Amino acid sequence: MIAGLARADSGSVTVLGSDVALDYRRARRLLGVVPQELVFDPFFTVRETLRIQSGYFGIRGNDRWIDEVMHHLDLASKADVNMRALSGGMKRRVLVAQALVHKPPVIVLDEPTAGVDVELRQGLWQFVRRLNRDGHTIVLTTHYLEEAEQHCNRIALLKAGRVAALDTTKNLLKTISGLELVVRGRDGELSRIKLKDYAELEAALARLRDAGVEIHEIELQPPDLEEVFVRLTGNGRGPQS
Amino acid sequence: MTGFHTLLAKEVLRFWKVSVQTVAAPVLTALLYLVIFAQALEGRVQVYDGVRYVSFLVPGLVMMSVLQNAFANSSSSLTQSKITGNIVFILLAPISYLELFSAYVLASVARALVVAAGILATTVWFVEVPLRAPLWALAFGLLGAALAGALGLLAGVCSEKIDQLAAFQNFVILPLTMLSGVFYSIHSLPPAWQAVSHANPFFYMVDGFRYGFFGVSDFPPGASLAIVAASLLAISAVSLWLLKSGYKLRT
Repeated sequence: MIAGLARADSGSVTVLGSDVALDYRRARRLLGVVPQELVFDPFFTVRETLRIQSGYFGIRGNDRWIDEVMHHLDLASKADVNMRALSGGMKRRVLVAQALVHKPPVIVLDEPTAGVDVELRQGLWQFVRRLNRDGHTIVLTTHYLEEAEQHCNRIALLKAGRVAALDTTKNLLKTISGLELVVRGRDGELSRIKLKDYAELEAALARLRDAGVEIHEIELQPPDLEEVFVRLTGNGRGPQS
Repeated sequence: MTGFHTLLAKEVLRFWKVSVQTVAAPVLTALLYLVIFAQALEGRVQVYDGVRYVSFLVPGLVMMSVLQNAFANSSSSLTQSKITGNIVFILLAPISYLELFSAYVLASVARALVVAAGILATTVWFVEVPLRAPLWALAFGLLGAALAGALGLLAGVCSEKIDQLAAFQNFVILPLTMLSGVFYSIHSLPPAWQAVSHANPFFYMVDGFRYGFFGVSDFPPGASLAIVAASLLAISAVSLWLLKSGYKLRT
C-alpha cells in the first residue's frame, strides 16, 4: 500500500509528507522497495537491470552510483552476467541494489532474509546498518521477531491487519516485566517458572528445594519480543509481521 | 530521460535481444505463405485488374504480420512480466498508466515496423510491389500496429497464465487476421461472407494498407481509415481505463 501495489479502502498513506495516491510520483521517488519474492527480468544482465531501474526513476548516467552499490553488495564481479544465471542469494542482492539506485530516503525491506544463507544475511544487515547510519529510514517487515528485536529502534506488531502495538523496542520489552526461570532436574525434566521480578527468585528456588528437585541446569531468561507478541495479540497465532 | 523513455527502450531491447524469434521467424513465416500460396493459386484467383496474385498477396501478408507481431509483443511481454513477477519494478516506479500504455504500444509498433520492413526487403527482389500511395500505406500500417499493440496490452492485463493468452491469440487474433482478406479479395466471396468480413475490423486495415500499394481497394480507404482510427481509440480507452483501475495489476 505504501508503494502503490495495493490500494487503500479507506484512509491515506504519506511518505515523508507525500501522499502515495495523490502525489505518487514523488512518493515513489522517496521510496526504495525490496520485494519479498525473488523476481527478475531474464532478458537482462545485472548492470542492464540496474540501468533500466535508474531510468524508471528518471536518472541517466548513474553508473558511478551503480558501481558503488554493486561493490558494497559484492556484485561487481557479476555486473555483466545475465540475471537468469545468478544464484538465489545473488538475485536477492540485485533486488537490494535495484531499490537503492535512486538513493531513496526511505527503504522498505519486505522479509529480506527469508531463505537467505547466513553469509548473505550478515552482509545484508551490515549494509543496511550503514545505510541507516547514513540517514536512510529502514522499514523492515519480518516474521522473525528476534530479527526485529536485534535491528529495529521502533517496532509495530500487527495482528489480523491491525497494529497491536507500536513503540520503541525498549518500551515494548518493558511492558513484559516478567522473567522466566528454566530448570532442568537430574531426571532431565524441564520446569518453567514465571517470575514477576528478580526479588521472587529466592522464593522460587526455595520452593524447588522443598519439592526435592535436584537442579542439573538452570537458566534465567529475560523477556523477549516473542513473549510481548504473544501477550499483546492474545494467542500469537494470527497473521504477524 | 524519463521513466517512459526507459520503459520504451527496455521493451524495444527486449524483443531485439531475441530477434531471431521476434523478427526473423515471422519474416520467414510470411515468405513461406507467399511461396506456397503464390505457387498454388497464381492464375486461379482473380484479384484486381492488372495486379498479379503474388503481388496482391505481399501487402496482405505484411499487414497480417504487422498485426500479429504487434499483438504478440505487448501481450507476451506484459503477461511474462506478470507471471515472473518483475512487473513489480514498473509498478513501483514513478510511471503513470498513460506512460505505461504508450511505452508498450510504441514498442509493439516498433516490432511491427521491423517485421514489415523485413518482409518487404526480402520480397521486392522477386515480386513486383508498386507503392502508389505510400502515405496511405504508412497510415494504415501505424494505426493497425498501434491497435494490435493496444489489444495485446488489454489481453496481457487480463491474462493470468500463458495458456489464457495463447487462447486469445489462437481463437481471436489468428482467425480474424487470416480471414481479413489477406489471401483473397472479399469481392470473390459469396454476399453473406462479404457481409461477415465487413464486421471484422482487421479487414479494413488489410484493405486500406493494400490501397497504399495498388491504389485500388474493396472498400473506400478514407472510410476504412476512419473505422480503424475509431477502433484504435475505443480499444485504447478500454486499455487505459483498465490500467487506471489497476485491474489485475494492483490489488
